[in-house]
Order: sequence, then structure tokens, then C-alpha cells
Amino acid sequence: MVMMNEDPTTMIPELALLAGAVLAVLVGAWTPRRRQGRVRVLALVAVSGGLVATVVAATKPSSTTFDTYVLDTTTHAVRAIVLVAVALILWWSRDAVTAHPRESEFTALVLLGGLGAVLMAGTGDLMLLFAAFLLASVPLYALAGWAKTGATTEAALKYYLSGAFAGVTMLAGTTLMYGATGSTSYNALPEGLVTGAAGPAAVGLVAVLAGLAFKAGAVPAHFWVPDVTDGTPPAVAAVLTTIPKIGALAATWRLLLAVPEQIVPWPLLVAVLAAISMTLGNLAAFAQTSVLRLLAYSTVSQVGYVLMIIAVAARTPEAQPALLFYLAAYALTNIGAFAVVAAHPARTIDEFRGLGRRRPLLAAALVVCLLGLVGTPPTAVFVGKLTAFAAAFDGGMAWLVVLAAVNTVASLFYYLRWVAPLYRDEPPELADVSSESRTARQGAVTAATLSLVLGVAAGLILPLFAAS
Amino acid sequence: MLSVLVFLPVVVALALSALPATSTTRRYTVPWVVTGLVQLVLVAVMWLQLPTSGYGFVEQVAWIPSAGISYHLGVDGLSLPLVAMTVVVFIATAIYSLREDRRPKSYVLLFLALQTVSVGVFVALDLILFFLFFDLSIVFMYFVIAGWGHGSRARSAALTFFLYTFLGSLALLLGFILIYLAATPHTFDIPALAVLNPLAAGGPLAGAALLAIGVGLAVKTPLVPFHTWLPPAHTEAPAAGSAVLAGVLLKMGTYGFVRIAMPLLPASWRQFAGVVVVLGVVSVIYGALVALAQTDLKRMIAYTSVNHMGYVLLGVGAAGLVAETDAQARQLATTGAVTQMVSHGLITGALFLLAGALHERGRTYDMGAYGGLAARTPRFAGLFAVAAFASLGLPGFSGFIAEFQIFTGALGATPVATAIAVVGILLTAGLFLVALSRMLLGELRYPDAPGTPRPLPDLRARELAAVVPLLVLATVIGLVPRFLLDLVEPASRAVNELVAR
Repeated sequence: MVMMNEDPTTMIPELALLAGAVLAVLVGAWTPRRRQGRVRVLALVAVSGGLVATVVAATKPSSTTFDTYVLDTTTHAVRAIVLVAVALILWWSRDAVTAHPRESEFTALVLLGGLGAVLMAGTGDLMLLFAAFLLASVPLYALAGWAKTGATTEAALKYYLSGAFAGVTMLAGTTLMYGATGSTSYNALPEGLVTGAAGPAAVGLVAVLAGLAFKAGAVPAHFWVPDVTDGTPPAVAAVLTTIPKIGALAATWRLLLAVPEQIVPWPLLVAVLAAISMTLGNLAAFAQTSVLRLLAYSTVSQVGYVLMIIAVAARTPEAQPALLFYLAAYALTNIGAFAVVAAHPARTIDEFRGLGRRRPLLAAALVVCLLGLVGTPPTAVFVGKLTAFAAAFDGGMAWLVVLAAVNTVASLFYYLRWVAPLYRDEPPELADVSSESRTARQGAVTAATLSLVLGVAAGLILPLFAAS
Repeated sequence: MLSVLVFLPVVVALALSALPATSTTRRYTVPWVVTGLVQLVLVAVMWLQLPTSGYGFVEQVAWIPSAGISYHLGVDGLSLPLVAMTVVVFIATAIYSLREDRRPKSYVLLFLALQTVSVGVFVALDLILFFLFFDLSIVFMYFVIAGWGHGSRARSAALTFFLYTFLGSLALLLGFILIYLAATPHTFDIPALAVLNPLAAGGPLAGAALLAIGVGLAVKTPLVPFHTWLPPAHTEAPAAGSAVLAGVLLKMGTYGFVRIAMPLLPASWRQFAGVVVVLGVVSVIYGALVALAQTDLKRMIAYTSVNHMGYVLLGVGAAGLVAETDAQARQLATTGAVTQMVSHGLITGALFLLAGALHERGRTYDMGAYGGLAARTPRFAGLFAVAAFASLGLPGFSGFIAEFQIFTGALGATPVATAIAVVGILLTAGLFLVALSRMLLGELRYPDAPGTPRPLPDLRARELAAVVPLLVLATVIGLVPRFLLDLVEPASRAVNELVAR
């Protein structure tokens, strides 16, 4: 039995993010530009507090708070993943944002985006879902334009326009579903679908999913991903391609589990989207020479693998640990790969020539992250893929598993195109070695190490994610 | 003890990585050789203490219990000879590479890592652990070929190798997941799955699992038509890389058939044993015919690998055909197959190292560029001739023991296929004799390449120390095979009992 309560202390992780963001703005306004580092320290303290609260909350049984917010394994896991991701990015982006005129704004926006992502994952109500969607979107529009250069302005505008379009679609979908089922609560959805008009509700569901697909960067709402990733600084791109994705995918999972597949046959829809996402992302990544665009398309294809798990969400108990583990593994590995880009002035594959010579540790971190994204054991994504494949097989989607396997091999091609030049001898004439970032280098090595540790320690983590 | 055996090279590699990059080559290569020798001592101890049935030196620790994955190691009569062969081949490559002057640090570290995963594959008793080592071997070998290959085509050859074998390994993973899902409780543990026998009834699911696993292993073995990655990879790889690739990595494929496909999918194995036999025979004949047409020494040796791995498949396929009827034949065929894996590892390792020594002197693998070497370089000529004769299966060498057992075991099961496969021996004999007469006899000819030492010097002590032990071992197995067969036979009997269920 799920308990109801209205206890604000159950929301401490979310409140910590919010408090961190508010304090970041306030303290930042009264701090000289050279001393803005204290804002980041404050934010990291808030995030650590949130993590501790998450761990404490995870020991309690599942419940619903304020009638709309679900506290269960999925929420706790997403909280932990987002908080760790936020902390990692804030930490390794130090060099990139220090002494920037809008340094504290960066911190505040990242925290708010993280808050939106967590709320999306935890919500059990369509209205709150939309509010969380906005919270995960609006700060990130601003973040996309944070650097205020020509390319970032274009990226921000593109991100904002697609986001606005997706938001309107989602709001319309929410309205339709409310009209058809008579409730916005996920709990009431199954009954509402049986008694109400299933047709409009299905249309509404698809519209809501469109909004979530935008946040997740999944096909068909993926067009912003490469331009925004390429146009923004790597630290910003890491945030945009990691944090909202986690929230949106967890939200998709929770929403779809509330919809009986006998009434709306969503598994097939999600499976097709998964198939197109992974294939399209891979095919588009083949020809890229810019590493940021390559990573952007790689994130599109990675979303496909996660959608594959969501497609069998209701059919197998193995789906939940697979989903949460994949999200954790993806977050760490992706952040690591972006950290490598941030650590080095090179932006095209060719410019990475000879990195293995000059920065062996950084090159090794990149190899671990890229092979991790492929799914080579013993990295975390391998365990994620393994559990994902097993879940999809078990859920009767063998065709999707075969397609995912073929895509995995195809993805090798472009990841290796990036790995190979690292160990070539002749280094290019780099214009500007001074723009290397030490903190990003540490971040890359840390994230790569963590992804290996998560992979090896999967036995300890997976049971935690399997609890209901 | 097994964990020590497996992870010793990686520990040494970690220690060596602390050395400054400017250290001399020997600071890296000598510890590498010593590591191999220590491993060899460990293997010898295990050989003496191995229990007569079941797995020895078992280590099992829960790893990912919720997914039925454990860290499970163990050796038996099938894996221990291969482990020993692996260690010996690595020692030989280490001695051969004592003076490697191109980025010696990364070179030795890579090979040490490769050494760990190669031993790991053969002692893993969990499908995921097996897959982990299997996959990492591809990753490390990619870097060896791409980083130390000859010339500009090395990178594309390395990429072909990686893509091809990685696709195979994914097929393998899908097959593993099918078996995993079929078993209750779900597990990836090989001995547990052999007992549970979840797909005993055969049927389409078991067939699909065998197809996936079979394709995955066939790519690695490689069997025709999945062999196209092999010749370029071998041609471009450095000599030590080729020796390890052919000597050790190819065995991972054939070992997978014996360790995984046969005992875990017995019903399907019996059902489709005919297909395996046909694939084996096609590989035997095709590999030999294409090898006959090569002018490049390394490509020729590479294709003879396809030919030799074909015999292994003929052996295990025939064992499946007579699984329920003829206990002696099936055991002969399986034992022969395992012996062939060991024998091929030793002999091909030696051949590739010799080819590498020749390349160092003449900067080309073109057989037409050499002639009359017997007079100028008697040691090279003598060893090359011995290796060639051993490879073509002359009595007195390990290859003969292996192939004789395979043919004897398979003859009753598939007389036609066996008769065709015997032709393969004739072809290999022909191609090696042609190569010998071209390169060793006649008028003295050697390429006048820039930067090569003139006149063509004979093998040095280092090269002799690398190649001679491999050939001595192949001869010892050929003359007194009992010490090896006593180890393999009980294990192959056990496998066949599992297949016959």
C-alpha cells in the first residue's frame, strides 16, 4: 500500500537544489568577480546535502507526497544520478567559468535545470509534469545562451524555439488527456482510459510524449541536439545532453507504466522510436568531423537504447534496474567524454592527433569513455546494455535487440575514428595550448574512472535499482 | 591461485607504468619475460595438481548476483593446455620483442594487458566473464595492430579487424542472453548451465542461440566465409602481434565451441553437427587453396590458419554427429581438436616470428624477393623448414598427433567429409614445399631495401631463444604426446557426455 503524506522533509533533495540556486544568485550578486568561487562551493554543499538526504530517503518505503509526487526507487535513483552529474559538471567546469562575468548564473542555472529534471522523474501527475518540464527547459534556454557569443545565441534561439513548440504540444496533450480521462493523476489514468474516450487520450499521450522526446533529444524531436551541442561551450553541452535527458526518460517511463498497453499500444510506438533514434543517431554521426557534433549524435543514439528498455517497461521486472543503471552509466560516461573535449582546445577529430603522447591520462580517459559508450566490458554502459538487451529479449522484442546489436557495431566505427588519431605520432600545430583546462582534465579522468568502477561494482548497484 | 595467474601481468603492467617513459627498452621487456616465466611455473604446478574430473583451482565470488553473473574461474583438461600454450607463446613474443625500439613502454604494457585477458578467456567459467575477456582481447589487439603495424594500411586493417570481430562478439552476447533467459533460475554460470541444460529440448530458440554463438565464434576462429578480416590484420600486424593473434586469439573461437556451444546447447549441437562439419571442411580446403595462391609469406601463413582451424571444427562437428553412438570416435575427435588448438598455437606462433625476423632483414614479405637463403642463413632456413614441416602435419610433430586423431574420430561419422579434408593436408604440404623451395633453395636473392642490414645476417640469439622452444615443444608433443593427452582425454570425455545427453 502506498502511503500518502504532505511532509516537506521528503523533498529535501529538491529543496536543496532550489536553495542552492537561490543562494547562488543572491551570494553571487554580492561577491566580487574574482571571488565567485565561493558560489560554487555553496552549490556543491547544497548538492552534497541533497545526496545525503537522498540516501536517507531511499531507506524508507515507497510513498506519495503532496498527492502528486512519487517517492520510490526510480525517484531516488534519478535524484542521485542528477545530483552526482550536477556536482561533476560544476566541479570540472571551474576553469571554463572562473572569472566569467556570469559565473554565478551558470551555477544557478545548472542547479535549476537539475531540479527540473528530478521533478520530471518524480511526478505522478500530468500538471506537475508540465511544470517540471518548464523548469527543466527555461533555465536551460538561458544556459544555452550563457556564453553570449554568436554561435551560442543561435543555439539558444534554436533550443528555445524547438522547446516552445514541444511545450505547446505537450500542454495540448495534457489538456486532451485530462478531458478524455477526467483526471491528471497517473493513478487515475488506467480507470479513466477504460471509462473515458480512449482515442483522444491516445492522441494526448502521443503529444505529451513529443514534449518528453524533445527533452530527451530522441527522434523525432532531436533536431536541436547537434546545433546546440556544437554551438555551446562543452560544459554547457554536457549539461544539456545529460541532465534533462535523465529526467525526461524517467518521466516517460513513469507515465507509460500508468497507461495499460491493451488500450493504447504504446510499446510498439516506443520501440519504433527507439529503433529510429539509435539508427539515425548512428548514421548521422558517421560523417562528422567535429567531435561535439559526433558526441551530439551519439547521445541521440544512446537515447534509443534507453527507449528500448522503456518499450518493455510493463512486460518484465528486469526493465527497471536496466533503465536506472543505463541512465547512471550513460550520465557518467557522457559527462566524461564532454570533459575531455573541454580539457583540450581541439574541436575536430584531426586536432586530437597525438594526444596519447602529450596527455596520456586524458587520452586514456577518452578511450575509456568512448569504448564505454560503445558498451565494451567492463565499463558501466556494458552492464547497462547487457541488462537492456536481456530485458528487451524477455519482453518479446528480439528484433529490437538485434537492431541494437547491429547499431552498437556501427557506432564502433565513428567512436574508433576518434580513438585512432589519439595514438598517431605527428601532433598537429595547435594554435593555443594555453586554453587547456586542468580541472576538466581531472573531471574527465574522474568520470572515466567512475564509469569503470560502476561497471565493476554493478553487482552492488543493480539490486538497489531493482527494489520497487 | 588462478586469479594470480590471470592478473599477474596486469599488476606488473601497473608497476611498469610508474617507470619514466625515457627508460631503456630492457627495463620493460625483461620484467615482461620474467612475468611469463612465473606464470609458466604456476601453470606447471597446476598441471601436476589438476584433479582428474571436474574443474580445479575453482574460485567463485558473487559479482552481479541479481543478473546471475559471478566471478568464476576454474581449469580442466580442456583449458589448462590452452593456458599453458598461451603463456608459452607470450614468453616467446616477449623474448622476440626484447629490443623493440618503437615506444617500448606502451608496447609492453599493451601486451601485458593482452596476456591477462588471453589467459582469462580460457579460465573463465562465467559467460559474461568470458565475454569480458573476449572483448577486451579485441580492444587491445586493435591498438597493437594500429600502433605498431607496418605502414599506412595498418589502421584500416585494424579497424576491419575490430569491426568484424566486435560484431561477432555481439552475436555471441545475444546467444549468451538467450541461454541465460532460458535457464531457471537465470544464470550465466557455465557449469550451472551445463547441469541445468535449459535448452535440452532443442527447438527454434536453441537453434537461434546456437546460430548466434556459432556466428560469434566463427568470426573469431575464423571460418570461411567469416575469415576476411584475418589476412589484412595479419599482414599489417607486427610479428609479435601476429604470433599472439594467430597463436592465442584464434583459439578463443574454437575453445568457445568446446567450452560453451557443445555442453550448453547439446541438442542443437547434435542437430546441426553436419553444418559444422561442412563449414570445417570448406575452411580446410578453401584456406589451403587460397594459401597456395599467395606470394606474400605472411598472408600464406594466415590462410593456413584458416585451414588448420577447419580441422578443429571437423573434429568437434564429427563428435556431435556420433555423440550418441560411438563413444570412442567422439572422444578421439574432440581430443584431436583440442590438441590441434595447442599444436597450431605453438607452430603458427613460431612461423609468424620467423616471418617477422625475415621482414626485419628484408623489409618485405614477398616470397619472390628471397632465394637461396639456406646457404646464407642456415639457422633461419633450418628452423623455417622445421616449422613448415610441423605445420603440414608430418609425423613426429604435434600437428600429426592432432590431425590423425581428428581424422580417425571423424572417419566413421562422415567418411566423405573426412576424405575431402585429407586432401587439405596434401595441399598444405604442397604449398609449404613450394614456399621452401622458392625461398630457401636456388640462387641467393634478397631484397635490396634501404635501411636493411647487408649482407643478410642469420638469426640472432634472441630470435633463436624465442622460436626454438616453440618448435621443441611441438616436437615433444609429437613424440611423447601422452602427458598432454592424459590431461585432455578425461575432459573431452566429460564434454562428450554432456553433448550426448
